[in-house]
Amino acid sequence: MFVGLFFAWPVAMLVARGFVADGALDLTGFADVLGRPRTWRLVGLTLAQSFLGTGFALVAGLPVAFLLYRRTFPGRGLLRGLVTVPFVLPTVVVGVAFRSLFVPDGALGFLGLEETLGGIVVALVFFNLAVVVRTVGGLWERLDPRTEQAAAALGASPGRVWWTVTLPSLAPALVSAASVVFLFCATAFGVVMVLGGARYGTVETEIWVRTTQFLDLRSAAVLSILQLVVVATALAVSARTRSRREAALHLVSDRTSAVPLRRSRGDVAAVAATAAVVGGLILLPLGGLALRSFRGPDGRLGLANYAALGTTGERGALTVTVWEALGNSLRTAAWACAIALVVGGLVALLASRRPRGTGARRAVSLLDGLFMLPLGVSAVTVGFGFLVTLDQPLGVEYDLRTSPALVPIAQAVVAVPLVTRTVLPVLRAIDPRLREVAGTLGAGPWAVLRTVDLPLAARSLGLAVGFAFAVSLGEFGATSFLVRPQSETLPVVIFRLIGRPGAENYGMALAASVVLAALTAVVMMLAERLRGDHGGGEF
Amino acid sequence: MISRGSGTGSNDAVTAARADGGGAGLAVRDVVVRYAKAPGGLWRRTRATTVAVDHVSLDVDQGEIVALLGPSGCGKSSLLRAVAGLEPLADGTVTWDDGDLTGVPVHRRQFGLMFQDGQLFPHRDAGRNVAYGLEAQHVPAPERAERVAGLLELVGLAGYERRRVATLSGGERQRVALARALAPRPRLLLLDEPLSALDRRLRERLAAEVRRVLKETGTTALFVTHDHDEAFAVADRVGVMSGGRLLQVAPPEELREKPATAEVAEFLGP
Repeated sequence: MFVGLFFAWPVAMLVARGFVADGALDLTGFADVLGRPRTWRLVGLTLAQSFLGTGFALVAGLPVAFLLYRRTFPGRGLLRGLVTVPFVLPTVVVGVAFRSLFVPDGALGFLGLEETLGGIVVALVFFNLAVVVRTVGGLWERLDPRTEQAAAALGASPGRVWWTVTLPSLAPALVSAASVVFLFCATAFGVVMVLGGARYGTVETEIWVRTTQFLDLRSAAVLSILQLVVVATALAVSARTRSRREAALHLVSDRTSAVPLRRSRGDVAAVAATAAVVGGLILLPLGGLALRSFRGPDGRLGLANYAALGTTGERGALTVTVWEALGNSLRTAAWACAIALVVGGLVALLASRRPRGTGARRAVSLLDGLFMLPLGVSAVTVGFGFLVTLDQPLGVEYDLRTSPALVPIAQAVVAVPLVTRTVLPVLRAIDPRLREVAGTLGAGPWAVLRTVDLPLAARSLGLAVGFAFAVSLGEFGATSFLVRPQSETLPVVIFRLIGRPGAENYGMALAASVVLAALTAVVMMLAERLRGDHGGGEF
Repeated sequence: MISRGSGTGSNDAVTAARADGGGAGLAVRDVVVRYAKAPGGLWRRTRATTVAVDHVSLDVDQGEIVALLGPSGCGKSSLLRAVAGLEPLADGTVTWDDGDLTGVPVHRRQFGLMFQDGQLFPHRDAGRNVAYGLEAQHVPAPERAERVAGLLELVGLAGYERRRVATLSGGERQRVALARALAPRPRLLLLDEPLSALDRRLRERLAAEVRRVLKETGTTALFVTHDHDEAFAVADRVGVMSGGRLLQVAPPEELREKPATAEVAEFLGP
C-alpha cells in the first residue's frame, strides 16, 4: 500500500507523462529527446561513469575485503568501521570533501580533476568501496578454506589457487556487489551535482535541471524512463546472481575462517594496497575536509566558519540558518526513520515467511523485489514523481505537495529497502522450528511474533534504525525537489552554499559538511554497536 | 498457514471428553501427507508431489509411549508433524479422545513437541525456556518458578535456571528441551529424534531417563527415531515404518519374535 501510493504510482504517472500528451498516445516526446545529441552525450557519460566507478571500486575493494575478512589483527573492527563510513556519508558531504581537494589550491589541485569525469569517478569509488568490501568480505569470510587447501595439495600455485578456486567461489558476491555499485553510480546525484559543476552532467542531474530550471517536465519524464530501463536491467542481473548466491551459501562453512596476519608476500601486498586505499581514498578527503573547515574566509585557522553557521550566509544566501537547517534535518529524519521502520519491518516480516503454496511463495518473492526497487530507482525520480502526482493523491482533493509530511515520506521511500535488507536476513535465519516449538507450547501467532521474532530481530532493528536515520539525514536527491524554503534540510543548505559565490559561504559549507558527517558517523557507530559481530546483511 | 476460527468448536469437544478421565487418546486414521517436489525452484511451475505418509493408521492410548522406527526419509517425522498440526493432511483424520483436530491450530492442540536439536530459544536462559509454555498459559509467577524448579530437578538439572543456553552441553540442552516440552502438561508429547544428535553413551543413558520422566509424569508420548535400541528402550510399543507406510505396531518383544512381514524382519536384523 505504502509503496503503491508513494512509489509505484508516482513512477507510473511519470512514465505515462512520457508517452501521453493531451490525452493521446504520443511518442514525439521520445523522438524529440532521443534525437538530441546532448541526450546521448549524457547517456554516454552516465554509462562511462558507472562502468569506471564499478570497475575501480571492485579492484580497490578486493584487497581490503581480503585483509578485513580473511585476516585478524588488532584494530580490525575499527578499520571495518572506517571503511563503512563513506557509504553512509551524505553524498553532498562527499562531494564537498573531494571538491575541497580538487580545487586549484586544494591538496590535489595539480591533478586538474575539478569538474571532470575522473574526479567524479574517484568520489564514486570512495562512496561505494564499502559495498564491495562488505558484500565480498561477507562471503569470503565464510568460504571453506579446505577447498583452497585441497587445490594447493593438488599442486596448484597460490596464483593458480586464486584464479581457479577463490575467484570463482567469490563470483556471486562480486557480481552482486558490482550490480549494486553500478546502480548507485548510475543514479548518483549529490556527488555529481557538487563535483560536476556546470560542465559535467549525467542523466540524473539532467532530470533535475530539466525540471527545476526549464520546467520541461516532458523531457525529464523521458529521461527518467530511460534511466529506469538501465536500473531495471542492473537489478535483474543482481537478482539472478542473488538467487545463485543463496544456493551457493549451502556450500559454505558456518564459522569464520580468518587467520592472523602473516608475513607472506600476499599478506604484505594486501596490507600495502589497503593502506593506499584507506589512506588515499578515505582519510585524505575526510581529513582535508576537516582541516579546511577550520580555515576561515581570511585564510587564518580558527572557528570562524563554525561561528558563521548561526547566520544565513554572506549576502543572505539562505532562508534559514545552518543550525535551523540541522534542526529541520533531525526532525525530518526522525519521522522518515519511524515510517521506514514500520513499513520496512512489515515487509521484512512478510518476505521472511515461506508459505506452502507455490503461488503465495511467488507473491512473497515478488514483494521482496518490489521493495528493492526504490533502492535502484534514483531519488530524483522519486522526488520528481511525487511532484507530478501528489497534487491529488488517488483523486483525493488534498494537495500533499504542500504538506510537511511530504519530505519525510519521500525519504522513507528511499530508506525502506535498507531497513528491509537489514532485518530480512536475520528473520530468515531464525529456524522455523523455533516458531513451531513456541506454537506447541501454546503461543498463538501473535505471541510467537512477540516472544520469538521480535527479541531475535531486535538488534538488527537497532541497526536498521541507524541506517534509516543516517540515510534520511543525508538524503539529497528527492529532498532537493520537494523541500520548501522554510524547512530546508542540511544537505540542501550545503548545496546552496556551494553554489553561491563568496569565501564565507564556501567556508560555511565546509563547516556544515563536517557537522553533518560527524552526526552521521555518530549515528552509524551507535547502530554498529547494536549489531555486534554476527548477522552480515547486505551492505 | 494457521487458520483460526474453526478450532474452537472441536477444541471444546476435546476438553469435555478429557474431563471424564481416561479417554481414547490419539487416533490417527488413514492419514496421507504430501509434499511439493523440488521446493527450491521459485519460478518453475511444479505440481508434482511426493507422498511422505501413505494411509497410516495408529492409536496411542493415554499414558502410553509409542515409538515410530524407520530409516530416514520413511515418513515418520512427517507423520509426527502432521499430528502436531504443522503439516496439513492431504487425507484422513487425527483425533484426540474422539474429537477431530482438523482445523485446530498448533497452539491450541496442547501437544508438546521436542526436536532433535532442542531448538531452545537463544535469547532466554534455561529457566525462562522452561517457563515459556507456562507464560503462554498465564500461570502466576511464583507458581511458575516452582514448576520450573521442579521440572529442572526432574530432568537432573536442579539449579540451572539462570544458565545461558549457549553454555549448555548437548545433553543438557536436550534435558532443558524435555523439561520445557513437559511444563505446560501437554496431553501428548511428540518427540522427533530427541537423542540422535548425542553421542552413543549419553544417548543410552538419556533414553532410560526419558522413559522414567515420561512415566513419572504420566505423559502420553509419540517418539520418532531411527535407532532400534533407543526405540526398544523407551517405548511400550514400537511401530516400524518404511516408504511412508506403517508396517507393524507391537510391543518390542513381540516385534522381535514375531515380525509380521519379511520386510520388518529384515529391517530389525538379527
